[in-house]
Amino acid sequence: MSQGARVLAFEGIEKSFGPAVVLRGVELEFGAGEVHAVLGENGAGKSTLMRILLGVEHAERGTMTLGGKPYAPRGPADARRAGVVMVPQERTLCPHLDVVENIVLGIEPAGALGVLRASEARAVAERALALVAGPGRIPLDARAGALSVADQQLVEIARALAQGGTSARVLVLDEPTASLGKSDADRLFERVKALADSGLAILLVTHFLADVRAHAARYTVLRDGKVQGSGDPREVAPEVIVHEMLGRELESVRGEADAAKGAAGKGEGGTGEGRTGEGRTGEGTAGIEAELLLEVRALRGVKKPREATFELRRGEILGIAGLVGSGRTELLRTILGLDPAKSGDVVARAPRGIGLLSEDRGGEGLMLGRTIADNIALSPRGPFLVSPRATHADGARWIAELKVRTSGPDQRVGDLSGGNQQKVQIARMVREDFDVLLVDEPTRGIDVASKAQVLELLRELARKGKGIVLVSSQLDELVATCDRIAVLRHGELGPALPATEWDEQKLLLEAAS
Amino acid sequence: MSALASLRAMRRPAWLGPFVALLVVYVIFAIITPEHSFLRSQIFLTMARQSVVLGICALGMTLIIVTGGIDLSTGSLVALTTVVLAKMLKDGSSPVVAVACAVGVATAVGAFVGVCVGRFRLMPFVVTLGTMAVLRGSAIGLASEQKIDCDPHGLDHVLEASLSSPGIWIALGLATVVSLVLGYTRFGRHVFAVGSNEAAARLCGIDSGRVKILVYALSSLLVGIAGIMEFSTLTVGDPTDSVGLELDVIAAVVIGGAPLAGGEGSILGSVFGALLIIVIRTGAVHMGMPSWVQYIVTGVIIFVAVAVDSARRRRTRS
Repeated sequence: MSQGARVLAFEGIEKSFGPAVVLRGVELEFGAGEVHAVLGENGAGKSTLMRILLGVEHAERGTMTLGGKPYAPRGPADARRAGVVMVPQERTLCPHLDVVENIVLGIEPAGALGVLRASEARAVAERALALVAGPGRIPLDARAGALSVADQQLVEIARALAQGGTSARVLVLDEPTASLGKSDADRLFERVKALADSGLAILLVTHFLADVRAHAARYTVLRDGKVQGSGDPREVAPEVIVHEMLGRELESVRGEADAAKGAAGKGEGGTGEGRTGEGRTGEGTAGIEAELLLEVRALRGVKKPREATFELRRGEILGIAGLVGSGRTELLRTILGLDPAKSGDVVARAPRGIGLLSEDRGGEGLMLGRTIADNIALSPRGPFLVSPRATHADGARWIAELKVRTSGPDQRVGDLSGGNQQKVQIARMVREDFDVLLVDEPTRGIDVASKAQVLELLRELARKGKGIVLVSSQLDELVATCDRIAVLRHGELGPALPATEWDEQKLLLEAAS
Repeated sequence: MSALASLRAMRRPAWLGPFVALLVVYVIFAIITPEHSFLRSQIFLTMARQSVVLGICALGMTLIIVTGGIDLSTGSLVALTTVVLAKMLKDGSSPVVAVACAVGVATAVGAFVGVCVGRFRLMPFVVTLGTMAVLRGSAIGLASEQKIDCDPHGLDHVLEASLSSPGIWIALGLATVVSLVLGYTRFGRHVFAVGSNEAAARLCGIDSGRVKILVYALSSLLVGIAGIMEFSTLTVGDPTDSVGLELDVIAAVVIGGAPLAGGEGSILGSVFGALLIIVIRTGAVHMGMPSWVQYIVTGVIIFVAVAVDSARRRRTRS
């Protein structure tokens, strides 16, 4: 099956953190020259396995071999010397340094007294960038912070390769496309494929099944710390892969999971229709236009959006599709007044206000270091004096209501999985009882089952009479969840059409044209 | 105004702002002083001499602020250095040994702060707030609560308002060296990397803790040298000297274009910042303005510097 010789193998890897057993005897092989996807829900053990591979964690039992020899890195530097490098999910460039400085960070060529050899550094950076981006695509002197997210991603890969030196053999990519639009993601995978062809073994950790089917030669599913299945993703039906990932939970979330991952196109229509029907009956206002909550007229921000006009009514979910850089987040921020508007009007008839669910959970959505109860209770309103016991009880109520998987309201939000963090964010908005919710990429970086739950939560909120604006780069998610969808292109928002008139291809065509 | 706008459009060097501010303030004083006495060479040399202590301290503070840190113990450390130096001279040590010991003590203090910040991950603000008090107390205790008189053994000639004074040239030399280190060495890149994104730096195999230890030790070494210069002016060991100096030093670095968030900063900018503060102070004294005016003018300059810098940043981002 594998295209090349076996480069890397895990044998009987076991690892636990205190009482929690994370890996229970993982057996895995990776061949040279292949893109191998590692799949699994949050908490399945993917990250831990990668951390062991990188030498950040150490296995309690089991061995690894690299190129036929035993491999036991003491730390990331050790792994790097052996030719194992990783591009983590979060962006880790130094925004103030330029591209060359970022690529050679930690491996700066230097002479006596540590004086830099600038031309040599430039050559190293140029070589590495040529591998991932082709020559001349990314200016070497640009500050990393000034590059687009897609280009930053390429610089990160170039850096990983440069740091692996000539001996780079294994490249781990953790959710490389999470923050990229479709065309950028495709371009990235083209490069990844070229790297694999040059003999590198590439481990792709991701939640995007579509990416796996399009770009990986093999996949392996981890669940509960064990390998649950593997094969050629082009030959195995997506339902089977989802089944391997979810196990017994499958039955309850099957419908949503299908809709959410969108690999099985036929599931969507049914779910969508069912939902719309429910929405209408729940509202009980058939024939009469529901109350207008938010009116945005010719809104123009500093740079983006350039022109946005739409209406949002009670009980409706309005989807906004658009590529990365089209100004989706900026649009939401401008509506809310977080970014200044240059012209246009925002007329809100929402007595209880407008809430924003940020796409940047760790950065501005949540206080990661505080407890769940504290995060949910955070509000500009409320009593002057706060009782910790009431906050605690309130937190417990919301945890039960939204089925947050946690040890209790006193757990730090930073310790939760992505999906559960998202539920805490939603709990805060629901508690505030906003009439209008602006929801930005609610399913980014969370697993299939949580995705389905989060989307179902949004639908339920709409049924209860909230107006929701949903921004997502997952087009299938929009088609399945929204009542109407508008496409944002270069900062200009198109007309909102009923979701039934859209499908993924149409949306993509409209957004990318 | 349009000239200013086109100037902004270019990616201008960070030190340009403080340099322009320095020129403007100097010219204003030169115009308003009676008989243009502010242009005389003697006052120029006086200001150069006064800038030495502040300037040398600002070199180290720049490194610290670029890493995203801060040091509040500068003033106390200068005082302690003068006391150690005076006490050793009084006890009969040779000036070379006394200077070496005084600077060594300062460097050791910096290394200690660096270990607290870099290895034990303590907040620099809190650590140096502590050392500020401990060092001041140590200096006063060591000096038995009074100034230490001693034979300066020629050290009083190190820093004078004259072109032949080595102090001014030492300061210029140090500024050049630190500037080159920051700009053209591997260590310099790592200093910026740690301040810009410490997680990324660590990911690339950089021992960010080690970088911080070196930065605090180096900065305190420079403060020690500044202490020798201060002694040269005082000719006594004064444990109550330089109270609040650290705030002037931080102001100089901030005026020089280094945001307290780290990742940016330049030695040249900080040097201009220090000169600006001294020019305002000297000019005000020269004009016979009361001291409260200097404080207010310096404060306003800090506001303006930060506002201009923030406006520039917003412009380049959009």
